[in-house]
Amino acid sequence: MQQFDNASAGDIVLSIADRIIENRAYLSEIDGKIGDGDHGVNMAKGFGMAAERIRGNDMSLATAFDTLGTVLMTEIGGSMGPLYGVMFTQFAETIEKSPSIDARIFSAMLTGGLDSIQAIGSAKVGDKTLLDTLVPAIEAFDGANAEGKPFPEALDTLVVAAEKGRDGTKDLVARIGRASRLGERSLGVLDAGATSCALILKALALGAKEKLQQSATASD
Amino acid sequence: MQRFINNPDEVVEDTVKGFVKAHADIVRLGSNPRVIAARHAPVSGKVGVITGGGSGHEPAFVGYTGRNMLDAVAVGELFSSPTAKSFLDAAREANGGKGVVCLYGNYAGDNMNVKMAVKLAAKEGITIATVVANDDVCSAGPDEREKRRGVAGEIFMWKCAGAKAQQGASLEDVQATAQRAIDNCRSIGVGLGPCTLPAVGHPNFLIEPGTMEVGIGHHGEPGVRVEPLKSAAEIAQQMVRIVLDDHDLSAGTEVAVLVSGLGATPVNELYILHGTIEQEITGRGLAIYKTYIGNYFTSLEMVGATLTVMALDAELKRLLDVDVDCPARL
Repeated sequence: MQQFDNASAGDIVLSIADRIIENRAYLSEIDGKIGDGDHGVNMAKGFGMAAERIRGNDMSLATAFDTLGTVLMTEIGGSMGPLYGVMFTQFAETIEKSPSIDARIFSAMLTGGLDSIQAIGSAKVGDKTLLDTLVPAIEAFDGANAEGKPFPEALDTLVVAAEKGRDGTKDLVARIGRASRLGERSLGVLDAGATSCALILKALALGAKEKLQQSATASD
Repeated sequence: MQRFINNPDEVVEDTVKGFVKAHADIVRLGSNPRVIAARHAPVSGKVGVITGGGSGHEPAFVGYTGRNMLDAVAVGELFSSPTAKSFLDAAREANGGKGVVCLYGNYAGDNMNVKMAVKLAAKEGITIATVVANDDVCSAGPDEREKRRGVAGEIFMWKCAGAKAQQGASLEDVQATAQRAIDNCRSIGVGLGPCTLPAVGHPNFLIEPGTMEVGIGHHGEPGVRVEPLKSAAEIAQQMVRIVLDDHDLSAGTEVAVLVSGLGATPVNELYILHGTIEQEITGRGLAIYKTYIGNYFTSLEMVGATLTVMALDAELKRLLDVDVDCPARL
């Protein structure tokens, strides 16, 4: 069975936080081109605060996601606090009763997170937001599963689609949020939310692959 | 950056600290340090009136906390929506048992955080009714008014709703009054120079010397067009035209006029603008009932000004006349 233990996978969230913190300046820089330039600062602040609470506490993946989501929702305002906040708390809710995570639960987790974002936001695919990364990534992951690809391979497909979606935001005109006021002037620039979403999904997929490898080795 | 700052990441903390010290006779810090509450709040049996928004617009939003005005305000980072928790905590500070109205501006982050706060408050038995301000004429066309941003018209909305709540009106009536107040407001901004978030360190947009941005937003959202800088009289004429062309007011209508600086424009220039604004408004057969000139709703150190015109009826006039006691001058 291709699955990994929920109970010992909380450190995946630490590696997600590390990627966001490393990219603090980069995310602010791209946000500054069409937004107000604080995306990296706010994201690094929230993910850093969550990492401090998670580190050394040997959390399950569900608990670590819940910790991250709660910090984002309660401590980080703006648009990204609630959007990523509900996504991660929904991730946690979807998997909290599953001792092990397989591709089916992983997909349900991502889809639940997406639904919760769409329940509070009004963006659609193509509006130049994080959905332009998240939606194709989930579709690619589900497609790979439907084709019977192994879990790790489906995770690779997810990362490729996420990064392709992120890159595609360059060709989109922002239709929501502060950048939407720019209209055509937002063309040619990456969306900061789509970029941070790709970082999150990649770190999540790599972390999950590592866990799968460890559990495969353990059961050999 | 020529700014009075200790640590760019602690601008909001430091602002709140000084604000509470300065106005301790009127306001207090909430149990959540990102909430400012009126000293008198909550008032049992009175509808609570709250708002919230990003910092950097002082005296908005916190400066309008006080008697006959706002009971509590959620404080966000610079130009960034407060958290859902801060909106919830503001509602808790303001709740006198008759429900709370949250009167805020139409921005993506505020919409989401308020929506979540409404749900969280309902769980603990606090009803929050909302009104979203959308008075900024240039931020979307007349057929898309629901997309327009909220700007200085929010001050009139708070003042009318605050007075209405003080009179003992029900939650529905306070909400309806706030809605009518903001529906009667139209605003426009003209930008002459950009502003800088201290943590970013450089302006996020530029306004070339010799030009002006007509229809600029409260965070530097681009306007409808960039034009060569004109005389104050010509700019004032243009501002009045844009605002009143969007407002179908019959001759004889009484209006309230608010001209606010965006942070770095000298107040005397606001008076220069108003000289023509008054002439243009009365020239269209409207009567000015009340005029407010000053830095009422700023955008850090942006150079520029906004004009808000609110159409009045008998009740709105009465509500606008109610004395308030809040840190900002009104």
